[in-house]
Amino acid sequence: MTTTDAPQAAPPPSGKRRIGDVVFAGLARSSGILILLILAGVAAFLIVQAWPSLSANTANFLTTMEWDANVRENPAFGVAALAFGTVLAATIALVLATPVAIGIALFIVYYAPRKLASLLGYLVDLLAAIPSVVYGLWGIGFLAPQLVSVFEGLSRYLGWIPLFAGPPSPSGRTILTAGVVLAVMILPIITAMSRDVFHQVPQGHREAALAMGATRWEMIRLAVLPFGKSGIVGGAMLGMGRALGETMAVAMILSPSLMVSWNLLQSGNQTIAGHIALQYPEATGYGVSALIAAGLVLFAITLIVNMAARYVVARGNKEA
Amino acid sequence: MAKRIDVSGLHVYYGDFMAVEDVSMTIEPRSVTAFIGSSGCGKSTFLRALNRMHEVTPGARADGKVLLDDLDIYGPDVDPVMVRGEIGMVFQKANPFPTMSIYDNVIAGAKLNNSRMSKSEADDLVEESLRGANLWEEVKDRLNKPGSGLSGGQQQRLCIARATAVKPSVLLMDEPCSALDPISTLAIEDLIHKMKEDYTIVIVTHNMQQAARVSDRTAFFNLSAPGKPGKLIEMGETNQMFTRPDKQETENYITGRFG
Amino acid sequence: MSTTTTQPPEPETRADLSRGSLPRNFSPALLAASASVVAGVLLAFSSFGVVLWALLTAVAYLVITVTASARIEGARKAKDRFVTAIVYGCFLLAMAPLVSVLWTVTVNGMERFSGYFLSVSMNGVLPSMDAGGVYHAIVGTLAITGMATLISVPIGVLTAVYLVEYAEGRLKKSITFFVDVMTGIPSIVAGLFVVALWMMLFGPGHLNGASAAIALAVLMIPVVVRSSEEMLRLVPRELREASYALGVPKWRTITKVVLPTSAAGLTTGIMLAIARVIGETAPLVLTAGSSAVSINWNLFDGQMMSLPVFIYSQVRMGGAVNYERAWAAALTLILVVMLLFFLARMIGRLFAPKTR
Repeated sequence: MTTTDAPQAAPPPSGKRRIGDVVFAGLARSSGILILLILAGVAAFLIVQAWPSLSANTANFLTTMEWDANVRENPAFGVAALAFGTVLAATIALVLATPVAIGIALFIVYYAPRKLASLLGYLVDLLAAIPSVVYGLWGIGFLAPQLVSVFEGLSRYLGWIPLFAGPPSPSGRTILTAGVVLAVMILPIITAMSRDVFHQVPQGHREAALAMGATRWEMIRLAVLPFGKSGIVGGAMLGMGRALGETMAVAMILSPSLMVSWNLLQSGNQTIAGHIALQYPEATGYGVSALIAAGLVLFAITLIVNMAARYVVARGNKEA
Repeated sequence: MAKRIDVSGLHVYYGDFMAVEDVSMTIEPRSVTAFIGSSGCGKSTFLRALNRMHEVTPGARADGKVLLDDLDIYGPDVDPVMVRGEIGMVFQKANPFPTMSIYDNVIAGAKLNNSRMSKSEADDLVEESLRGANLWEEVKDRLNKPGSGLSGGQQQRLCIARATAVKPSVLLMDEPCSALDPISTLAIEDLIHKMKEDYTIVIVTHNMQQAARVSDRTAFFNLSAPGKPGKLIEMGETNQMFTRPDKQETENYITGRFG
Repeated sequence: MSTTTTQPPEPETRADLSRGSLPRNFSPALLAASASVVAGVLLAFSSFGVVLWALLTAVAYLVITVTASARIEGARKAKDRFVTAIVYGCFLLAMAPLVSVLWTVTVNGMERFSGYFLSVSMNGVLPSMDAGGVYHAIVGTLAITGMATLISVPIGVLTAVYLVEYAEGRLKKSITFFVDVMTGIPSIVAGLFVVALWMMLFGPGHLNGASAAIALAVLMIPVVVRSSEEMLRLVPRELREASYALGVPKWRTITKVVLPTSAAGLTTGIMLAIARVIGETAPLVLTAGSSAVSINWNLFDGQMMSLPVFIYSQVRMGGAVNYERAWAAALTLILVVMLLFFLARMIGRLFAPKTR
């Protein structure tokens, strides 16, 4: 990650600075600072443009579930329902993707034939190369109809759990379908981070375990998983960040709605990102400003999750 | 062409850590001076301070005086980049530029500095430098092939040709043979012998036979204790250093009794 | 990286050895056997489905392996075999959506994918007509992504140069950290940022390609920085020192030695970054609009269609012919992305100089 030592060099402490050096170093430095400014600008412009609607809002922005913003005066809107849907979809994705991603990473690092390992890793990376709009199309045009029978089975046998209560949506376009698609989309991220830490497990630890007569699984349990814990957790959180902000797949699968429902098999939930994409073309009055306010909330959530993820990974690297 | 180096009271630091303490010495022109001593005794650090190469390591700095003939290379108006043009360096690992041909590698110093040079001047410089490095006969038919295709010893001689092509007066060599086989080492040692006619040569080596074979004068560096800075213990004619050194420490090191 | 073989030597335990083990090719044989038996049973009940078949095969394989291994090899070995099967299963499970996406996109996309589809726009075509194509969307994608690349590459590469060659202390730490954070910005937020910026600069309702390119650049810059940084760090320190020792100033060392040496790697990274943003949809819907039907090369005037937005807007129209167009456009987009992906890897592999 970022902790590898850099072949870098300090500017000469004495003597004349050449004009070329000054100009080039200045250009490089300003580019770096420009990036900080862009990020600050993202936050600043969102706040400035969200402000008119937030100050005119007659409802509590954080606790209200309705979205009555496309008016010229007295808008009433809030992100409660959307935030719920966002976190629910991301959580489903995380629960589905993390164990599989750990399995894939173990497979590539410790199980797959060595000659094939990089090729197989490359195939997993291809999952990340597919655009989200294509996942959305696949989700709505292929996966959702396929899942309908699975949902029927779930509600028949597990319907006593509120999450799976019936009757399931006949179109299959539910938060669970969105969660499955998101899980596929974040698999490569979690896999990549887990692979990185598994590669870093010191050979000595692994050989010590094997020398004690451990089976491969015991070696992994004793030496690899404890060592890789922080990388896996960090990777999962990065995946969560991606799932929280993912727009297109969700917007295409879920229909516009503003419900809060724990039922995964019925339609009704919507996410912040999906809501913005669906509402934006029709926004009038305070609408755009209100959507920007929703985007600000999404920005804040993903920022916190990503910063926490980086912190966990960095701490793990330091301990290693 | 060759110039004398006069060092007085030179200290080198990495951040707060003093790596080399208070070294003074004179390095004679048209001769080979060898630096010997155990690993980590500061001899390479000191060598790098002689052409201000240490400054490319973050946090490294030096104070003291290093005179190249009459010019103080640590003077306030002196550009380290110019210093390095005057005092060249050859490294432990041969490092030809992988994106350049053999030809371009030799004239890299001029090329990278965008100096104008006619085709015939460049051709002459390449041939002269490669002949000087005893490499011309081996590569003259494949000057446009990449330098990384040569053997380790040839690559090191290419690096020497590259260093001499910028016409320095001093050549610093940081363990130039440590990665080479005995035959390539012999080729480099022959080359050092030949080049001392024109240059002031300083060579850091771990191999005491090599120091005895190639150098006129030898300087012995050592640490007073682990974690302490390295110091110059003594310096003298190579013959004398290897037969009857003044200091017990030097004798212990040369005869293989450490500590 | 792992220098041991991935097949660690089975520990030789004293007495256990005599308990025997399952034959060497037990696993593949059993897998083939359970697959064919399950297929036979399913066909007999005439309820054959790929998913069901794979699922039942896996369960049968798992149960038989674990019981047999527990009997013959002991509980520890059985557990090991169980985990091995699960780990293989995870990988196959991940390949299922990849194969499924590529397969459905190819099969559905081929119905309408043709030279005609690629070479005409939707100008004058009603949504439900059996005509029209994606030429205008290809034009928009090229123009927008091209401009985004022109913005991102200098900023990204120069920042990477700064981080690797110059930066120290707190500024370095904060740039590194915030570049990491920036990679996590949701694409729709990048779109909203430009919407907000444009509202302040030009007032509401100015949709054009340039704003879309800026939104994409926000997403692309951190990717370029990270990949370039990695590539610059791969340039051996010795090459920089060799250049300094020839009396070459630092900026020339960077521009003439470091950057050329890492050129192949930088190109790979940039192409992968393009491949990443070329499929972005959400920010384009907000900035370049989703209703352009005609060819527009002008980044600064009027709505601009792009391949991903084309897919999205056709799906939103919802008719059968719209879905056909969406699938064909998805096939086009995937071909473009895959092409970039493979070219990037090829360049990285073929043109990298040997630095040992």
